[in-house]
Amino acid sequence: MKLPTFDYHAPTSLAEAVALLAASEGSARPIAGGQSLMPVMAFRLAQPSALVDLRHVPGLDSIEVLAKEVKIGAMVRWRMIEESRELARVVPVLAAAMEHVAHYQIRNRGTVGGSLAHADPAAEFPALAVACDAVIDVVGSKGARAIKAADLFTGALETCLADDEIITAVRVPVWPKRRRWGFQEFARRRGDFAIAGIVAFYDLDQQGLITQAHIGVFGATDIPRRLPNAEAALNGQEPSEALFETVGDVASGEVNPQSDIHASRDYRRSLVGTLTKRALAQAAK
Amino acid sequence: MTVSFDVNGRKVTVDPAARTTLADCLRHDVGMTGTHVGCEHGVCGACTVIVNGEAVRSCLMLAVQADGAKITTIEGIGAGEELSPLQLAFKKHHGLQCGFCTPGMLTTLHALLSQEPDADEERIRDVLSGNICRCTGYIPIIEAAMEAREAYRAKAGES
Ligand SMILES: Cc1cc2nc3c(=O)[nH]c(=O)nc-3n(C[C@H](O)[C@H](O)[C@H](O)COP(=O)(O)OP(=O)(O)OC[C@H]3O[C@@H](n4cnc5c(N)ncnc54)[C@H](O)[C@@H]3O)c2cc1C
Ligand code: FES
Ligand code: FES
Repeated sequence: MKLPTFDYHAPTSLAEAVALLAASEGSARPIAGGQSLMPVMAFRLAQPSALVDLRHVPGLDSIEVLAKEVKIGAMVRWRMIEESRELARVVPVLAAAMEHVAHYQIRNRGTVGGSLAHADPAAEFPALAVACDAVIDVVGSKGARAIKAADLFTGALETCLADDEIITAVRVPVWPKRRRWGFQEFARRRGDFAIAGIVAFYDLDQQGLITQAHIGVFGATDIPRRLPNAEAALNGQEPSEALFETVGDVASGEVNPQSDIHASRDYRRSLVGTLTKRALAQAAK
Repeated sequence: MTVSFDVNGRKVTVDPAARTTLADCLRHDVGMTGTHVGCEHGVCGACTVIVNGEAVRSCLMLAVQADGAKITTIEGIGAGEELSPLQLAFKKHHGLQCGFCTPGMLTTLHALLSQEPDADEERIRDVLSGNICRCTGYIPIIEAAMEAREAYRAKAGES
């Protein structure tokens, strides 16, 4: 469908963008890549009075690798993550997961900030941010704050962001060398949103036992989240196929998916177990 | 809102409403109807055009967002009436039937092969997963793309 009518602004500073959003009292929306917002407007699921385009706001589109963390600007597009050698070195799972995000043309436009704000429960990046203990930097009319990724999402397509808050960056801790990781998702067709997905990683201590186990799930839950029981079942253990089987079962029992037209609840739950096992096997390779 | 951009090497200035997509602007305001509009919500790929060297869905971009951009549409892939090597390969391999998806297939492949002339079949299939064709069954499209790589490689070698 053709889009509803709206005003369009392309401010050249963050302060101006925030002021425009604040003045609209919640009726205006930021637009980044437009790859979610444009379809949402076409379907009339949103009819903002105005769009505040972030494309001329400076300082939002770079990837900076610092000593302890990597700072990814909100306007960084999927394509940049896919192609950043530096990022692949410090947090390899991010680039590797990108092939699952939408399609080639959409990856040329879609952004990190847009994906986090859109908060699709089946999207990859929000789950990566949660699993990797990322922190989201936002700026609004009341000032700046940093939100733990795990606290950003409050429900399917819902976040704790105020109407005039703009995400400026996501900060992801740099990984220790030799961290083991796996990323697995299942979708019916290439580029579709996941029916379920798992991001898993851990380190090995000097005895070769698992520490720092992180398992994040998406698609099967209404917000992306970690699976603490499955993580606890991994920590302190020696990696083995038998262990991964058990942990897969724990993960399966730890989610309570919904049935929808794409998959039933039982199917999704079983998929979470299978994908957990596969992600751990991938990590151990 | 006055917007200026370069379409296939020609500078145009148009005055679209804020809600006008780049696809509709190209078709109605610029008069280039080669860009096809299928789903209007980003799933079919028929509307793909090349903006500053990158393939994008023109139904998911506002015309006002293209201000200052360099745009290549299907009309700019060949040289006038002369078909490009990619277009010739589509003709040879029967990479189209009804032709509705074809502008999007060609612009997507043109962007890909200009940047990655060595893309393998797996990569080509992955990239084309964003373009739906209801007629061909895709195989002749992949064959055409594989054959056209040679011309893009030669071009990359020249520069
Ligand atoms: C056919 C199709 C398939 C897709 N498949 C996938 C997939 O498999 N996985 C996946 O993850 N995504 C998928 N996407 C979505 C795509 O990745 C989007 O690009 C992404 O979710 C949103 O990014 P955007 O920059 O396009 O945001 P926009 O569409 O511009 O904005 C999305 C929302 O975020 C808000 N927003 C944008 N930027 C900010 C900011 N900096 N601060 C605060 N709010 C902001 C907007 O107001 C809006 O509400 C798909 C999209 C399409 C059309
Ligand atoms: S018309 Fe743009 S993707 Fe279908
Ligand atoms: S040729 Fe008819 S849709 Fe592709």
